[in-house]
Amino acid sequence: MIINHPLLGPRDAAEFVYLGDAALLNRPDWQASDAAEQFYDYQYLRDNPAGDHRELWYHEQGDRSWLIVARNTLSHEITKVELARDVARARKQAHG
Amino acid sequence: MDNSSQPQRLTGGMVDRKQALEFQFNGKSFTGHPGDTLASALLANGQRLVGRSFKYHRPRGIFTSGSEEPNALVQFRSGASHEPNTRATTTELYDGLTATSQNHRGSLNFDLMAVNDYISPMLSAGFYYKTFMWPKAFWEKVYEPIIRNAAGLGRLASEPDPDTYDKGFLHCDVLIIGGGPAGLSAALTAARSGARVILGDEDFEFGGRLLAETYEVDGKLGSEWVANAITELSAMDNVRIMRRTTIYGAYDHGIYGALERKTDHLASSGGKPRQVLWRIYSKRAILCAGSIERSIAFGNNDRPGVMLAGAVRSYVNRWAVTPGKKVAVFTNNDDGWRTAKDLADKGVDVTAIIDTRRDTSFEAPRDTKRVLGAHVVNTTGRLGLQSITLSDGQTILADCLAVSGGWNPNVHLTCHQRGRPVWSDTLAAFTPGSELPTGMIVAGAANGTLTLGQTLREAHEVAATVALDLGHIRSTGSPSTADDEPSAITAFWHVGESRNRAWVDLQNDVTTKDVKQSHQEGFRSVEHLKRYTTLGMATDQGKTANLLGLAIMAECTDQSIADTGTTIFRPPYTPVPIGALGGRARGKDFRPTRLTPSHEWAKAQGAIFIETGAWLRAQWFPKSGETHWRQSVDREVIQTRQSVGVCDVTTLGKIDVQGRDAAEFLNKIYANAFGKLQVGRVRYGLMLREDGIAMDDGTTARMSEHHFVMTTTTANAVPVFRHMEFCRQCLWPDLDVHLISTTEQWAQFAIAGPNSRKLLEHVVDDGVDLSNEAFPFMGCAEITVCGGVRARLFRISFSGELAFEIAVPARYGNSMMDVLMTAGKPYNVVPYGTEALGVMRIEKGHAAGNELSGQTTARDLGMGRMVSKKKDSIGSTLSERPELNRDDGYTLVGFVPVDRSKKLTSGAHFVAKNVAPTTANDQGYMTSVAFSPSLGHSIGLGFIERGADRTGDIVQAVNLLANEAVDVEVVSPHFYDPQGGRLRD
Repeated sequence: MIINHPLLGPRDAAEFVYLGDAALLNRPDWQASDAAEQFYDYQYLRDNPAGDHRELWYHEQGDRSWLIVARNTLSHEITKVELARDVARARKQAHG
Repeated sequence: MDNSSQPQRLTGGMVDRKQALEFQFNGKSFTGHPGDTLASALLANGQRLVGRSFKYHRPRGIFTSGSEEPNALVQFRSGASHEPNTRATTTELYDGLTATSQNHRGSLNFDLMAVNDYISPMLSAGFYYKTFMWPKAFWEKVYEPIIRNAAGLGRLASEPDPDTYDKGFLHCDVLIIGGGPAGLSAALTAARSGARVILGDEDFEFGGRLLAETYEVDGKLGSEWVANAITELSAMDNVRIMRRTTIYGAYDHGIYGALERKTDHLASSGGKPRQVLWRIYSKRAILCAGSIERSIAFGNNDRPGVMLAGAVRSYVNRWAVTPGKKVAVFTNNDDGWRTAKDLADKGVDVTAIIDTRRDTSFEAPRDTKRVLGAHVVNTTGRLGLQSITLSDGQTILADCLAVSGGWNPNVHLTCHQRGRPVWSDTLAAFTPGSELPTGMIVAGAANGTLTLGQTLREAHEVAATVALDLGHIRSTGSPSTADDEPSAITAFWHVGESRNRAWVDLQNDVTTKDVKQSHQEGFRSVEHLKRYTTLGMATDQGKTANLLGLAIMAECTDQSIADTGTTIFRPPYTPVPIGALGGRARGKDFRPTRLTPSHEWAKAQGAIFIETGAWLRAQWFPKSGETHWRQSVDREVIQTRQSVGVCDVTTLGKIDVQGRDAAEFLNKIYANAFGKLQVGRVRYGLMLREDGIAMDDGTTARMSEHHFVMTTTTANAVPVFRHMEFCRQCLWPDLDVHLISTTEQWAQFAIAGPNSRKLLEHVVDDGVDLSNEAFPFMGCAEITVCGGVRARLFRISFSGELAFEIAVPARYGNSMMDVLMTAGKPYNVVPYGTEALGVMRIEKGHAAGNELSGQTTARDLGMGRMVSKKKDSIGSTLSERPELNRDDGYTLVGFVPVDRSKKLTSGAHFVAKNVAPTTANDQGYMTSVAFSPSLGHSIGLGFIERGADRTGDIVQAVNLLANEAVDVEVVSPHFYDPQGGRLRD
């Protein structure tokens, strides 16, 4: 597979380390009243879709960017690649 | 040239008769010419029998002229370079080539295993599933050894592969797979447009079927047109021509796997890589893989001499070899007639042409019997074909039978992304489906365009469109032209009136009867048919066989072939040696070896090294007279504890953390607090995973307000860094913090022991005050040593002694070791390795990798109170889960044998005294053990239920592997200097 790195252009997937579901960005608030349950869901419950999936890839053999890659798990088609940091920032702004 | 040695050689062809090549087959010497394959040279010498079949050990000969060959598999070369299952049809002849036939016991002509053929009724499909069920006890002792002995075809070389293999990466706009008429036409068009083109073909000559036929292109002989095309392409900078290169797999996003055979056609590799495995990145790929002929199933259709008609034409036209003196042709399409004509034109006696169709207007050559609407029902000849019997009862003499059942577009690579071919009634064949690998377009025969004129035009048009698509607007000229040859076919699959066994899959010995049996027993879907009969599961993936099997199943189920469906192909197209897939990553080169900065120094001292991850570290430094490793290790420990020792600890991970929010960031990734750590001070830190389990530990030093230097364990240096980058980028993107791994930039040494300060005073520059007041325990500073060399000094201790760690830029590492050892001479300094390091940390009760095993919590490690509840850090919330905080949970404690002379074993499990060592009675396990030279007996660390309250308890440490149990007493894990006075002095 080839991942089109937003900063470095097309790179072979072998340069990356895979982590999984991009929902890992949504780390719960530790002071929420149901923090224990929220953290349990965050840590253990993952979607595993046959189809479009947003997932985390780390450019370990490169610039060490964490990327969010929108990939179809059936066809391996990649429709979008973003810097995880940009996505995380936008998310913080949206959620305050 | 003496022709008597090659009785079947004709005139013409593409072999260089001026040069004779000697080769050996089964120890017998033969002669061939440059341009020959092993198969064509064997046929030129009249050698029809080349091997025995997989299951029934039937005599087998050469069946095809290409990589689809199911029969002519030989053992290639000898000794360490020996390779089994090599196709004679693709093996280029060289002087001195040696090959032997395989899969027979005794000689090729008299194979003892041929008895299988006589008991064949017992060996049909499903035989293994049914027969070896009982008695059960027979499986291991009787059945399995017999099956193993009989299994497989060739034998592997018993020595390591002496050759080297390389890997490489290539990029192009257009990859053209196959260099026949379609591939060359597409390559010319794409290359003229200015696109970067890679053209690959598995053969050693470009041209594909054009070399095997007598067609004309642009008014020239086909082979001449090919030569001109290659000349033009070779002169272009934007074209890479790769012969002997099989594009074997289509992977994601336009990536293709290719195997280039560099030296397989030479007597010796001469030290050069034998094969290169290429990864080709293409924007588009044009598949011009041509088509593969298929056979017809009739009685005894597997005898040496029965061949595909197209292959017979290849041998006659390209290699100037006739596979027989008297050749008959059996066909269901126009192709067979061309075979008869080409043979007759070369003066070969064509005894008969049998067409399954009644209405055909082709004329047979003179003296050739023309039989229409008839079938071949049986053949004779024990080790090679002698005659054929027709459905009308007549017998015809033939030592070669050219069979044509029609042509299958070579759709192999179109299936590699699970694309399914679609059936075409007109062609009586499967053609590429609509779902192709990304960027792939198919042209020519592979696309079902089976005639030459149309193929040339289609390939040109496809390539022109692709070039335009990619923005190459330069004119591409007009396509080459050729006539379209007759290619009518009436599907015909197997001769129903044959009483004898009729082969479908030659390599796996699958007959029409097996297919019918599969149907009878309910294995009717194509996937079941394949698995039950093993049809198409041999190394050729059934290239010549699959469709026959499907067609017979379709007949049995009274369905169309389209409704019956087809199995699909997987990479690789042809077998790829494991050596090529491994490339240079072999033996020691499987992964890089990382050397510590003082490696050369340690080597010169005669150190014993140990692999820790990718690192090679000094394990201990034996002195003359020491015969056992314990003597060296005990000495290193004692000398360090009595005076001073030095150890290279560079392998610990070092991470530079800088930024205005560095302290806040550390607060989030460490379970304990870091916000208030003072500049010039070091703190021990424990990192948890988000699930609350301990991940790693180490020390972090605050060099300045916004600059921290962290250490990790050696094993976790990479994962911890990855985790921290995740936290920084994905969880807290607004923090001003940056991370750099500096593990390899700084050489770091531990200087431990009561005299460590005195030693260091000789090394540090003037003005550096090492006194306890100026530089207390857990202090850190940026200093200079040896007259101005930048260094970092930390007063930390893993050994429990007064100790320092000093870091210098890595290039000074080896000299630094020298300097420290020279400065330490007056104090009888000792270098110590990882064993002494381990002994001293166990004596101190420090947790290491054995304890931080990914299954233990801070609480288990006795550090539960370190997890701050006043802040959010990774793992803090989930570490509070009840299950991780049970009263009867594990705690890390120390163990000593009640009988102090006993040895302890790590991995031993604890059970109460006088209780059976069962899972139900299990109370914990030993993680680390050592002989403590300081205490004079064995000590251990381990986890045991309610450990904190059990000091003084006596339990058994049971090691079931050695069937031994040692009574041990639960003690504090801090065996040595529990108050820690020594390290604070």
